[in-house]
Amino acid sequence: MATPTPARLKEKENDWTRPAAMSIPKEGYFTLEKGRYGPVFPKTPACHGFSVVAKVKPGKEQVIRDYGKTIEEAVKNDPFVLAPLKLHYLRWILFDVGSGLHFMYQGIFDTDFDKYLEDAVALFIKTGITTVFTNLEGWPEDWKTNLPAVIRFFRDHQCPSFLEYGEYPYVSADEVKEALKLKAAFADMLDLMQ
Amino acid sequence: MSGSQPSRAIARDREKQTVQPPVLDLEDIQHFLMSRPPARAARYEFLTFRSATGGRFWLNGLIDKVGTAKAVGSGAGDSRWITIGFTWNGLRALGVAEESLATFPEEFRQGMAGRAEITGTTGVNHPDHWVGGLASPDLHAIAILFARDVTERERCREEHERHVAKCEGVELLSHLDLEALPPFDYAHEHFGYRDRLSQPVIEGTGAEPTPGSGPPIKAGEFFLGYPDEEGPAGGLPQPEILSRNASYVAYLRMQEHVSRFRDFLQAHGETPEQQEWIAAKLMGRWRSGAPLALAPDEDDPNLGADSQRNNDFAYADMDPYGYACPLGSHIRRMNPRDTAVNVNRRKMIRRGGTYGPPLPDDAPDDGIERGIAAFIGCASLVRQFEFTMNVWANDRNFHELGNERDPIFGNQDGTLDMTIPKRPIRMKIGGLPAFTTIRGGAYFLLPGIRALRHLASLGDSH
Ligand code: HEM
Repeated sequence: MATPTPARLKEKENDWTRPAAMSIPKEGYFTLEKGRYGPVFPKTPACHGFSVVAKVKPGKEQVIRDYGKTIEEAVKNDPFVLAPLKLHYLRWILFDVGSGLHFMYQGIFDTDFDKYLEDAVALFIKTGITTVFTNLEGWPEDWKTNLPAVIRFFRDHQCPSFLEYGEYPYVSADEVKEALKLKAAFADMLDLMQ
Repeated sequence: MSGSQPSRAIARDREKQTVQPPVLDLEDIQHFLMSRPPARAARYEFLTFRSATGGRFWLNGLIDKVGTAKAVGSGAGDSRWITIGFTWNGLRALGVAEESLATFPEEFRQGMAGRAEITGTTGVNHPDHWVGGLASPDLHAIAILFARDVTERERCREEHERHVAKCEGVELLSHLDLEALPPFDYAHEHFGYRDRLSQPVIEGTGAEPTPGSGPPIKAGEFFLGYPDEEGPAGGLPQPEILSRNASYVAYLRMQEHVSRFRDFLQAHGETPEQQEWIAAKLMGRWRSGAPLALAPDEDDPNLGADSQRNNDFAYADMDPYGYACPLGSHIRRMNPRDTAVNVNRRKMIRRGGTYGPPLPDDAPDDGIERGIAAFIGCASLVRQFEFTMNVWANDRNFHELGNERDPIFGNQDGTLDMTIPKRPIRMKIGGLPAFTTIRGGAYFLLPGIRALRHLASLGDSH
């Protein structure tokens, strides 16, 4: 009874105090729920996310690597440029396991992949992230005027996880930020009371 | 939010000054999404073509009666306005070639009934329960008639009946008669809310947006073949003559449970004033039309009726937490204004009207179906209409609300809430009842006039 808060929270469905793992069937979902562009992937203890994997066009490795700097600058100039995506983390990886150079774009965020796809694509275009994609195989030539084809590229190259884990499961980025804000406000208050 | 935004806005303005909007082909575009004629009565007829020749004969006899944007816009003294639309199955029934049919977007090919899970039309709203044959693949066409009054509607109905009788294999699946609700001096629906207050202005029409309504929207958001908010038009269904100047409309027949709505207000508001307050919080506007963002504490009917003021608001700075207009209210969901991104790519033009007799104020439920039968017009059903249904209306966690859907027409099954932010503590209404039920729906293409002629002549070359 010393810590009543966690005990109460445990009764709740998505208990952030209790680390959780979820294994996921091959299709990427448990029951088929149709979204606008395809099956909806479930929220897991590691929130929503995507892992888009595609092969790099020959000779384009350096272009992509250099692009890391451009994105870094874009976020420096406008720290909230990616805010609409409700992200936790993005990871950009280049790897070659013998079948040619591949690119992996992995994101963890709070909204479901299907729901805000057009917003994401619009943002990728605005920030120039699409420039990276133009160096990948299968990227539609007419991407500027063919939103459905761009969306199909993302869906076709999405590799669903078979296992996801969260140390503080189901917590949204907004909740984390609110908690940290509260903590800071609380620290300030204690300072004022000295 | 970002330091670079003002400069971007200036750049955009400069661009706007130099780039002339494309000229709209007003002689080819059907008037339906362009203008709202002064009609007090309407009739929708849903048709099936058992024979392609019969269908084309039917179309041929009607083309000259279809109101173009030019004719209707000129304000010529018409007393009836006709619009024609086809489902994807209807295009096939008229004889459109398979390779052409395959170029239409997937959502249109599947039809609204095939997209039920996506639009949230499940449970009692599911196509299995729809009326009028709307969920059937036999639904091929709609003839939409708006008339100045009921007499004129009846005259047109008889004329159309005679025409259909001459077209072999053309049958009426069902119909719906609509009448405006009295008093006629302002548009409103069965729950009593003033309606038709906000709507996008289309760039190139010369119309000026009212204060607060945002800039005119690129024509390509509503008509195929024009640049849209992202740039040049692409991906037109083929052949182009079929799709240029066309629009898609999503039709929804929504029953309004007026007694249930009134009972709810009474259960949650002790005084008439409190009941009005609850009604306003569900909608985001007082029943007079006055927006809560501008009239948070009490109704202001003059504001509601004043088109120069009744859209002059936004949310991000004026009401970020929804103390005035709840985050989950109908108008804040259907147009989050400056609290969502890319809102100009989610605009829709609303048309339609009310059907069924009004339920007098103190009358008990009379078991008669009444509601709104509306068309939502756009250039992309999946990006505009379906997004609105899937995310803004029916995503339980929209705006991080957790367990809510649109209180007016979201898919409510009695397990969801409505949060009304309020100081010192918010008010949360649990177990919201469904105030509306979707009784039918369909996706139609409203082709341009040249496309209608092309369709009518399809057999000639065979
Ligand atoms: C029975 C169902 C519905 C009722 C009673 C209803 C009623 C209303 C009313 C009274 C308004 C305020 C007047 C105005 O702003 O023009 C409104 C606004 C609006 N509604 Fe609905 N509506 C219904 C269904 C829908 C549907 C199905 C859609 C679209 C999918 C929709 C989209 C909108 C939009 C876009 C606005 C304007 C919001 C703004 O710009 O602030 N409504 N509705």
